[in-house]
Amino acid sequence: MLAGRNDARLEKNLLVLLERTRDVYGYIPEHALTGLADQLGIRAVDVYAIATFYRALPLKPTGKHVIKVCRSVPCYLKHNRPVIDAVERELGISPGHTGDDGLFSLELVNCIGACDKAPAMMIDDDVFGDLTPEKVTEILGRYR
Amino acid sequence: MPQKSLVLRNCGVIDPQDVDSYLARGGFGALRRVQPGMTPARVIEEVKRSGLRGRGGGGFPTGLKWEQTARSPGERKYIICNASEGEVGAFKDRYILEKDPFMVIEGMAIAAHAVGATKAYIYLRSEYGHIAGLLMNAVSQVEQKGLLDGCGQSLDIEVWLGTGGYVCGEETALMESLEGRRGEPRARPPFPPSQGLLGFPTAINNVETLMNVPWIAANGADGFCSLGTSQSRGTKVFSVSGDVERPGVYELEMGTSLRELVEELALAGDVKMVQVGGASGRIVPADKMDVRLSYETVLGAGPVIVFDRSRDVVDIMYRTMEFFAEESCGKCAPCREGTQAMMETLGRIADGRGVRKDLKALEQLSNAMMLTSSCGLGQAAPVPIIDSLRYFGEEYDAHIRP
Repeated sequence: MLAGRNDARLEKNLLVLLERTRDVYGYIPEHALTGLADQLGIRAVDVYAIATFYRALPLKPTGKHVIKVCRSVPCYLKHNRPVIDAVERELGISPGHTGDDGLFSLELVNCIGACDKAPAMMIDDDVFGDLTPEKVTEILGRYR
Repeated sequence: MPQKSLVLRNCGVIDPQDVDSYLARGGFGALRRVQPGMTPARVIEEVKRSGLRGRGGGGFPTGLKWEQTARSPGERKYIICNASEGEVGAFKDRYILEKDPFMVIEGMAIAAHAVGATKAYIYLRSEYGHIAGLLMNAVSQVEQKGLLDGCGQSLDIEVWLGTGGYVCGEETALMESLEGRRGEPRARPPFPPSQGLLGFPTAINNVETLMNVPWIAANGADGFCSLGTSQSRGTKVFSVSGDVERPGVYELEMGTSLRELVEELALAGDVKMVQVGGASGRIVPADKMDVRLSYETVLGAGPVIVFDRSRDVVDIMYRTMEFFAEESCGKCAPCREGTQAMMETLGRIADGRGVRKDLKALEQLSNAMMLTSSCGLGQAAPVPIIDSLRYFGEEYDAHIRP
């Protein structure tokens, strides 16, 4: 994602366009994917190949907030299991799914670089650390 | 005290939101000394003489990388700051960028002067979106003060929030992703100093590597050489996690023992083993913790994960390989299939369903992957497995069905 000023050489690259698409729809709908291919004069499969490489470019709708709980070894050592269980219980969904109300999606992810406050999770771009099941309940409440 | 603040000297001291607090600590003094005072060739010579090597784990001599980039023909050249920190247990670059974004920028500006680049990117891993705003603010403050307008060419720095996973920390995969393709590593050679971003000569350096540059430029190579060991000059920043009382970021002079870091600073007790370098790092059993941390012995990018005696080695290795199986980009078969097969085998052994020949299979798979994988991911993934088989063979045996 282009965060600073534009670089004419990189700003229109396919990955940036796919990210913008995701930012509009919350995911990459099929019509947008084929539309991008038509617009750029390339095959849809070449757009699909890029979208499927990146986990940050989902092909299915996600919730308003995406929760990523870290399952890597440093968080595992700090007892992330009860935390994962608490998130699942609170949301009523298992990892890889989106709740019926469309508010939350849940994912288990690899190291998010917050091992000094393990166990940790992210909600959208925000990081929450030193989690306990009680803390999970409190944090999720803020997003409801 | 074994701790030595060189890279981290401003962390927690300056206000990362305010460039004036960095200037008050002598910030940008090194850049002013270099530009216009030192020719690019002299800067490169100084960095070469300092012995500075890449802090992202590779350990390639920084001065040499810059020299190759400077000498390669190209109508434009790039600097990339690799902040795609994805190694398991790694958080030192995040810490540095959160606490002192200005020194990274100064290091990039000196690097740009040395290689003749006019455009630079800070490539952040996608999970570091929470620090993108801070970095953009730092870049714009530095630009507004005109600190990047040296003699002749000025430098344009852009903060780029990446999309990719673990493999996008590999420098050529990072460039593929930056250019908008699948983040798969390129065949090398050509190496980035001759053909990097968009085919132009590119010097790509880790955050911590660049943090050393202003100090070297200001104090000279000799001062830097007086720190560390013969092949590992200066300091190293480590991020310690796992079974310790005080997880966190520590900077030590190169050559300090692992035991000092783990037991005296991070306050670990009852240590069974330490993994140095993240998921693909070496395993150091407790009785070998007097090893001195350096490129000559064991180092990596900085993650140090500590395991106490309650931990089951096979269970940990299964989880480690699960990580690689997921993060393998799938481009080359040895890595794509090898990580999967190793994960399944380790899972079976951890569950008590393993048989003796599984141990042999792990070794054979490890050797095949290390020899034939096309990038560091597949080449390094078996490292902890081989180490753990060597040091904790009896634990594997105990899991095996008779």
